[in-house]
Amino acid sequence: MMTKFLSRNRHTVQRLGFIAITMVVIVTIIPIIGTIVFILVKGGSAISLEFLSGFPHDGMRAGGILPAIIGTLYLTLGTAVFSVPLGIAAAIYLSEYAKDNQVTRLIRLAIINLAGIPSVVYGLFGLGLFVLFLKFGTSILAASLTLSIMTLPVIISTAEEALRAVPQSFRTVSISLGATRWQTISRIILKEALPGILTGVILGLERAAGETAPILFTGAAFFLPRLPHSVFDATMALPYHLFVISTQVPEMPIQIQYGTALVLLVFVLTMNVIATVIRSRARARRQW
Amino acid sequence: MVDKIIIENLSLQYSDGTESLRNVSMGIRQNAVTVLFGPAGGGKSTLLRCLNRLNDLTEVKASSGRILIDGENILDPKTDVIALRRKVGMVFARPVPLPMSIRENIIYGLELAGEKRKSKLDEAVERSLKLSAVWDEVKDRLNDPAVALSGGQQQRVCLARVLALQPEIILLDEPTSGLDPISTGKVEGALLELKKEFTVILVPHSVQQAARTADHAAFFLTGELIEYGDGKTLFTNPKQKKTEDYIMGRFG
Ligand SMILES: Nc1ncnc2c1ncn2[C@@H]1O[C@H](COP(=O)(O)OP(=O)(O)OP(=O)(O)O)[C@@H](O)[C@H]1O
Ligand SMILES: [Mg+2]
Repeated sequence: MMTKFLSRNRHTVQRLGFIAITMVVIVTIIPIIGTIVFILVKGGSAISLEFLSGFPHDGMRAGGILPAIIGTLYLTLGTAVFSVPLGIAAAIYLSEYAKDNQVTRLIRLAIINLAGIPSVVYGLFGLGLFVLFLKFGTSILAASLTLSIMTLPVIISTAEEALRAVPQSFRTVSISLGATRWQTISRIILKEALPGILTGVILGLERAAGETAPILFTGAAFFLPRLPHSVFDATMALPYHLFVISTQVPEMPIQIQYGTALVLLVFVLTMNVIATVIRSRARARRQW
Repeated sequence: MVDKIIIENLSLQYSDGTESLRNVSMGIRQNAVTVLFGPAGGGKSTLLRCLNRLNDLTEVKASSGRILIDGENILDPKTDVIALRRKVGMVFARPVPLPMSIRENIIYGLELAGEKRKSKLDEAVERSLKLSAVWDEVKDRLNDPAVALSGGQQQRVCLARVLALQPEIILLDEPTSGLDPISTGKVEGALLELKKEFTVILVPHSVQQAARTADHAAFFLTGELIEYGDGKTLFTNPKQKKTEDYIMGRFG
C-alpha cells in the first residue's frame, strides 16, 4: 500500500516537473515566434520583385532596397575573407601548438573579453584605425575589417573548442605512424572539427551581418544612387538602412520598414538554419 | 643472436617530478618477443614511448641515458623522428581506428611516406591484413569505416596499419586488454608469426600472457628493472624475491 502510494506520488511529481519545464520553454519561445510572426505579417505585404531588385526613390519612401541587400552581402563576404582564415589559424595555434602557460592563458582571457565589448566601441576603433589612420576612408574595406575584428573572438573560441573536441588519441596514433604535427592537423583534425568550425564561422558572420554600430562610422552610407564599384566605396547595408528609415525619414510608409526588417531577418535566419543543418548532419556521421 | 636495441642507463622524469624510469639498462634481441611486465606505474609504457620518441609529445622534465637502435642513439636531438617512427611501430591498448575506411587506415602511413602507386598500396593492404590475421574477416568491406568493426578486429587492423609501413620493431602496449579470449588468441598467434620477421616488444595485460608469449622477459617495479632474462627460466625459476612474489600473485 505504502509503496504504491509513494510511486504514484512520485509519478505526479514527475508529471508536474514536466509541465513546469514545458511552460518555461513556451514562455521563452513565445517572444521569439511572436517577433517573427509580427514582422512576417507586417512586412510580408511589402515584399515584391521590385522591392527586392529596385533602388529606393522618393527620399526612400518608395521603391526597393537592392543596394542595402547587396551591401550587406558584400560586407558579410568581406568580413569572411579576413576573419575566417585568421580566426581558424589562431584557433589551430591555440589548440594544437601553443603550450598551456601564462601567455596563452592571457591570450584566451583577452579573446573572451573582446567578445564582450559593445559593438559601438568596435565602430569607433575602426574609425580611428582603418578609416583615418590607414586612410581607407568610409569604405567597404574599412567596415569589413572592423566587423572582422568584432567577429574574430567568436570564430576563434568556437573553432578552438571544435578542435579540442577531436580525441587526443587520433593525434597520438597519427604521430606514431610517422605523420608530422601539421599532416595530422590537415588530414585528420581539421576534417573532424570542420562542422564545429563552420558553425562558429556562420554564427560569427551572422552577427556581423546584423550589426549597425560597427559600420556606422566606417562604411555605411545613408543613400547611394548606385551600387559600390570597389572596396573603397561606401555602401548601404540592411541594418543601417533599417535604422535610417525608422528614425531619420519622416512620413515613412510603415510596411517598407517592416519589409526591410523581414529581409534582414530572413538573411540572418537562413545562415542560422544552415549552421544547424551542418551541425546535426555532422553529428550523425561522426565516427567517434 | 644480435641485440637490435641497446638501452643504456635510461632515466626519465615527467614534469610532475615522478621518476618513471631509473637507470634502466638492457639489450633487446632481434626476431624475438621481449615482454616487459610488472605492476601498474612500473614504467613499461614510458619505456615503450621512449623507443619511438612518442614521449616528445609529453612534457618530460629530465631524461638521461642512451637508446641505441642498430648502433645509433635515437635519443639524440638530431634523430629523424619521422623515419624512426616508421621503423618502430606502435600498437596501443585501446584500438584507435582513424576516422576513415579500413583501407585508408592501412595506407595512411604509407601515403604520408610518399607512396602513391595504387598497386603498391593494394599489395600492402593485403599483405599486412593477412599478417595480422584479419584479412578473411575484412577483405569484402575494405571501404567500410574502420569503427564499424568489432574491438578485436579493430585491434588487428591497427596492428596491420603498423605492419604496412614495414617496420623493424613493433611495440605493443597491452594490445589485448580490451579483447575477449578468442580475439586475444588471434592477436597472440599473429605475434608468434611476426617475430620471425620483426623485433617484438610486448607489454602483456597479465602474467599469464607474459608467460605464454615471452622469449625474454623483463620485470619492472616502480621505474626499476628488477630482473631480466630468458622467458622460461624467469617464469619458472625467478632469481629475485620481488619477481617471484609478483609472479605468484603475492602483490600488484
Ligand atoms: N604523461 C605523464 N605525465 C606525468 N606522469 C606520468 C605520465 N605518464 C606516466 N606517468 C607516471 O610515470 C609512472 C610510470 O607510468 P607508466 O605509464 O610508464 O607505467 P606502466 O608500467 O605502463 O603502468 P600500467 O601497467 O598502469 O600501464 C607512473 O607513476 C605514472 O604516474
Ligand atoms: Mg602502461
